[in-house]
Amino acid sequence: MNWLLDLTPDEWNAVRLSIKVATVAMIASLPPGILIALVLARGQFWGKTLLNGLVHLPLILPPVVTGYLLLLSFGRRGPAGAFLAEHFGIVFSFRWTGAALACGVMGFPLMVRAIRLSIEAVDRRIEAAAGTLGANPLWVFGTITLPLILPGLIAGAILSFAKAMGEFGATITFVSNIPNETQTLPSAIYTFTQVPGGDAGALRLTLISIVISMAALIASEVLARRVGKRMDIE
Amino acid sequence: MTVVVDISHRLGDFEIDARFESAGRLTALFGPSGSGKTTLINMIAGLIRPDKGRIEADGRVLVDTDAGLFVPKHKRRIGMVFQDARLFPHMSVASNLRYGRWFTPTVERYASMSAVVDLLGIGPLLDRRPAKLSGGEKQRVAIGRALLASPRLLLMDEPLASLDEARKAEILPYIERLRDETKIPIVYVSHSISEVVRLASDVVVLAQGKVAATGPTGTIMQRLDLLPTEERGEGGAVLDTAVLRHDEAFGMTVLGSAAGDIRVPLLATPAGAPVRLRIRARDVMIATEQPTGLSALNILPGTIVAIEPGEGPTVEIAVDCNGATVLARITEQSRQTLNLGLGRNVYAVVKTVSFDRANTSAGLPVEADG
Repeated sequence: MNWLLDLTPDEWNAVRLSIKVATVAMIASLPPGILIALVLARGQFWGKTLLNGLVHLPLILPPVVTGYLLLLSFGRRGPAGAFLAEHFGIVFSFRWTGAALACGVMGFPLMVRAIRLSIEAVDRRIEAAAGTLGANPLWVFGTITLPLILPGLIAGAILSFAKAMGEFGATITFVSNIPNETQTLPSAIYTFTQVPGGDAGALRLTLISIVISMAALIASEVLARRVGKRMDIE
Repeated sequence: MTVVVDISHRLGDFEIDARFESAGRLTALFGPSGSGKTTLINMIAGLIRPDKGRIEADGRVLVDTDAGLFVPKHKRRIGMVFQDARLFPHMSVASNLRYGRWFTPTVERYASMSAVVDLLGIGPLLDRRPAKLSGGEKQRVAIGRALLASPRLLLMDEPLASLDEARKAEILPYIERLRDETKIPIVYVSHSISEVVRLASDVVVLAQGKVAATGPTGTIMQRLDLLPTEERGEGGAVLDTAVLRHDEAFGMTVLGSAAGDIRVPLLATPAGAPVRLRIRARDVMIATEQPTGLSALNILPGTIVAIEPGEGPTVEIAVDCNGATVLARITEQSRQTLNLGLGRNVYAVVKTVSFDRANTSAGLPVEADG
């Protein structure tokens, strides 16, 4: 069993980096995820179908295509990349931040779907009741809508995290496979499979991958159940 | 406190064009389902924006489409109790009750938690979740939640409609206390005559989106033609009476009214207390001379002041009994046989057993204010 836990520093880095990238991708996606889900669930406007399609694009495009599009727009010479680098000092290309961006984009449709479904399930008449008690729309959202969609929010966040942990195609296309910078677990496993004698390392990382994903899934189940019990919705 | 509504609004094929003004303690918006009552109350609450018109409450203009004015619901300070209580499922009863307080400026808070909890008898429920409450309990909490926001006006949209008879009987006394013990004016939507007679000081009758009549409850309830067809059998005169004494031996209560003493089954109301009595027109017989050898205990002498054709073979006869009007519904055949005409002196006869809980209720205290 020793060979299993005895990770090399590079392998440890891949594990740590993966968790960091997935966590950042999940947290950064939440605010825009909630906003877009809200707009899609409640908004009535021209171009809603288009927005919906755009959000779902990463789900249906080959990941390599998404990664390449990110490279074109957020790369050093891409319009968005150049703008962000110049005005905010945020650089994505060949950095771990780029890996987080790629993972966030790939997980975004999953997150938006989960949140949107839970928003659509909220009884708007309860929100109206809160309004008659003096709460303005922002307060209604914070005190009524947000707590009621919490289970969907958790589910969406965990889906996004899990997707980020497994993301490979878009990440490697956008930010390559640089150890200690952009080499996440899937990239590291891929690298191991490409070199002779890398089987043990690949297997170690594979098992770790499984453990982390399972842990995230179980955590979300437990959290969602606890929230559900607290609310006791009929 | 006056509520002024003058709006027109179109909902698909249905058109509402209503205008009324009420300064009553509890104003009932009364009419059959589909008459537009709920739409109107939602407009007062700010949940629906009328196409055109003006709404005013307590001298404050809430809606004026000509001036482009629409005060959003959270700025109106108008409490609303919905038919389905709409409690917040993720909060305890206590948190539900406190919700509106956050948004009420401190100087305008007049409702205190302990007073409201006492008034509605919800003390034992405070730690519970809404899902663990019965329908009647939910509705009481919903009333408390609206009250604790210290509203200027309280709207109630058929708060009893989704409850069974036992639950209704459980809540009605609380609404009576609300009407009599607080100063908040109430607008109450209902399609039930017994609720309206029991609770309302004033009635606005709606039919097909239009106001058919407005006025004090006693006056409106005598206009049988205004009542929805399915409720017409429930219509009749409303008398404000007071308990004279209880006849424990026979299990009866004697009520004093302008028309004379009226015996009803024993009430729990103490002597001297006001009781509002509804005498269904279909329960009243007319005799042309003082009847003898009759089991009915209530025989009220009076004069016929109106005869209106009723539905089918019936006519409706209004008898003025010393200032109080009693309505009788009899057949046209009886009217002709007895040769009843305007000005004729007759006796209105009512059996004591025709009164039940649904048509005797705590009356409005007689002292007049706001």
